[in-house]
Amino acid sequence: MTAACPACAGAPLASDAAGGGGLQFSLPTIHCAACIGKIERGLAAVSGVAEARVNLSLKRLTVTGPVPAEAVQDAVEGLGYDIYPLDAAVMAGGRDKAGRDLLTRMAVAGFAMMNVMLLSVAVWSGAADATRDLFHLISALIAVPVVAYSGQPFFRNGWNALSVGKLNMDVPISLAILLATGMSVLESVSGGANAYFDAALPLPFFLLTGRSRASQTRSARRSPPTELAALEVNTAERLDGQGRRQTIPCSQIAIGDTILVPSGARVPVDGSLASGAGLMDRSFLTGESAAVGVEAGALLQAGEVNLSAPITLTVTAVGEDTTLRRMAAMVETAENGRNSYTALADRAAQIYAPVVHLLALAAFVGWVWATGDIRHSLNIAIAVLIITCPCALGLAVPAVTTAAISRLFAAGYLVKHATALERLAEVDHAVFDKTGTLTQPAIIVPDHMTADDRGVGLALAQLSNHPMSRALAAELADATPAQLEHVEEVAGQGVQAQWNGTHVMLGRGAWLGAQFGGFGLRIADKINAIEAPEALREGVAEALAALDIPAEVVTGDASQAALDFAAKVQLPVISDTRPEDKLARLDALKSEGLTVLMVGDGLNDTAALAAAHASIAPARALEASRSAADVIILGDSLAKLPMVLRVARATRRLSKQNFAIAAVYNMIAIPIALAGFATPLAAALAMSLSSITVIVNSQRLRGLS
Amino acid sequence: MNVLVVLIPVSLVLGGLGLLAFLWTVRSGQYDDDQGNAARILLDDEPPV
Repeated sequence: MTAACPACAGAPLASDAAGGGGLQFSLPTIHCAACIGKIERGLAAVSGVAEARVNLSLKRLTVTGPVPAEAVQDAVEGLGYDIYPLDAAVMAGGRDKAGRDLLTRMAVAGFAMMNVMLLSVAVWSGAADATRDLFHLISALIAVPVVAYSGQPFFRNGWNALSVGKLNMDVPISLAILLATGMSVLESVSGGANAYFDAALPLPFFLLTGRSRASQTRSARRSPPTELAALEVNTAERLDGQGRRQTIPCSQIAIGDTILVPSGARVPVDGSLASGAGLMDRSFLTGESAAVGVEAGALLQAGEVNLSAPITLTVTAVGEDTTLRRMAAMVETAENGRNSYTALADRAAQIYAPVVHLLALAAFVGWVWATGDIRHSLNIAIAVLIITCPCALGLAVPAVTTAAISRLFAAGYLVKHATALERLAEVDHAVFDKTGTLTQPAIIVPDHMTADDRGVGLALAQLSNHPMSRALAAELADATPAQLEHVEEVAGQGVQAQWNGTHVMLGRGAWLGAQFGGFGLRIADKINAIEAPEALREGVAEALAALDIPAEVVTGDASQAALDFAAKVQLPVISDTRPEDKLARLDALKSEGLTVLMVGDGLNDTAALAAAHASIAPARALEASRSAADVIILGDSLAKLPMVLRVARATRRLSKQNFAIAAVYNMIAIPIALAGFATPLAAALAMSLSSITVIVNSQRLRGLS
Repeated sequence: MNVLVVLIPVSLVLGGLGLLAFLWTVRSGQYDDDQGNAARILLDDEPPV
């Protein structure tokens, strides 16, 4: 492992990607020391790699140095591991900083807690008078700055909630910490007997432990609308009246302009096709991998890729009106809807906080009325607040979610959103996208093809951008490409060339002069049909069989393909949907009173993923879809999908049990505190015991299969 | 009881040293990959370049 290399300082690629953080990749299949060694050594041999570091806990790879992401991906795939690129800026910055910050605050709280406990033990065992006062004062000196530092995350969250007129768990927690510390300081200064430092410090310590664990198991997310915007093209080639070509920024395109879209480029704005036939890759909009042939006059949408010869189009929509922008706006609206979801813990806090605060107030008023001793009454009121175990309540949800998230991570599912598990537990209807989610194109190369045939096939397939060609090229990757001459791509049909004086063609069956409609390779007069059936992805059959909620498939594919598929999986299928239609279908289900789980991968699913009550996307999905989803399937198999739902439901069940446990402790502790019998020792015991019970109960989740 | 005047500062300083050591380990990223670090001791040393 080399340290930072001086030469990388000005390197443009990996080093700039994240402001020095390097390129980030997800490696879902690594599991042992051998994997780490193999990948790190393999990458060290790749030119341009300054440092490659595998993180086994996060199943992640960081690469620095002037190396393109594709080279790293190829190298790791060559070693036999799955690899997916991650968004470097968010991954590198987000988690580490927040996680380390929590860990530091936790350590400081832990240090203070132990020292104060030592002093408290002396007080509990009978230290009196000057010794007790001295110990209280030393405790105060340790506790006050530590509470000010370690309590900040709670104070900030609590204040944020209060300032918008809401209540969350951090409000009673902050109040308990602040009041316990404040009252204890007053008691210490005035030589009183009851100081609650030993209760005020474990509270932030236990809670910070829970939160730093939770932040380790969850990763940051990025807003999908910005991802969609990244697909836009910034400049376009405009043809003026004389057919002269000029490059202009997209903002200057006007409706009615004629725009040239070169081969392999994205369409910058919506428009109708002005030149002859073309071939478009619409996979990002429809999810359908097969290229779509379009005739003159057809409507093209911003973001499509031109796979044929250069085409011209007449602009029909620009700026905010393009399909891409409308989709980004749709996702944004859907996202905002989800952010208003109230987490279980916050709902509990909304009941708990007013009850406890009113109880403390009642205790204060009652004791003042009965005894007239304001200081004693205040002590009792604060003892009530401290002893009502905000610690166990604060841990009730995070302790379970942390266990659940690590359980799911071990099974290959990455949970991204804090409330994802709660929402997953509530779903009662599942909607699946088809292409890329349930199915993947499988290229079947006939066994009777000779080595020469394979070489020609590979050479031709490499020449085309068509998704089918790319899949074939991947399938034939181990063949030696043949030397071709006079290569020509025929739009919408295929590729042809000369090979050792023989005419070779790869493309549609009809174009090759064959009887079949599919895809084939013709060498001289010999025609090989290459089948490309849509195969179910690994584990789909098991997952659908084990799924205990009704499901349906919504696909952008044409109706015939969809019908065939419906027969195969025995699910209702809605075909020919555009992104808006998917969203409309989700809204329709919602208005029937169902809470919907969306599983999808394409850009056409992004809005639906964001709008659904909960959503899951495979790691192969587009960046935008992954950002919109709550859970990412890291591996290739969908087989454990039902387990995700089971774990989510167990999470909700255990969280509720934890609230019940905390309530039982409160039922015992509150009368004692109200009666004025609560001592600092009782408070510390109640707090620790209830927290430990809650944590132990949460660990039961690990046994779930 | 006068020994407390010595013992309490000593215990605080020792605890503080432990805290500083922990903070250093956090800063230098030693908690970023607990499983990986456990596995890395099984790796052979890097072959000389």
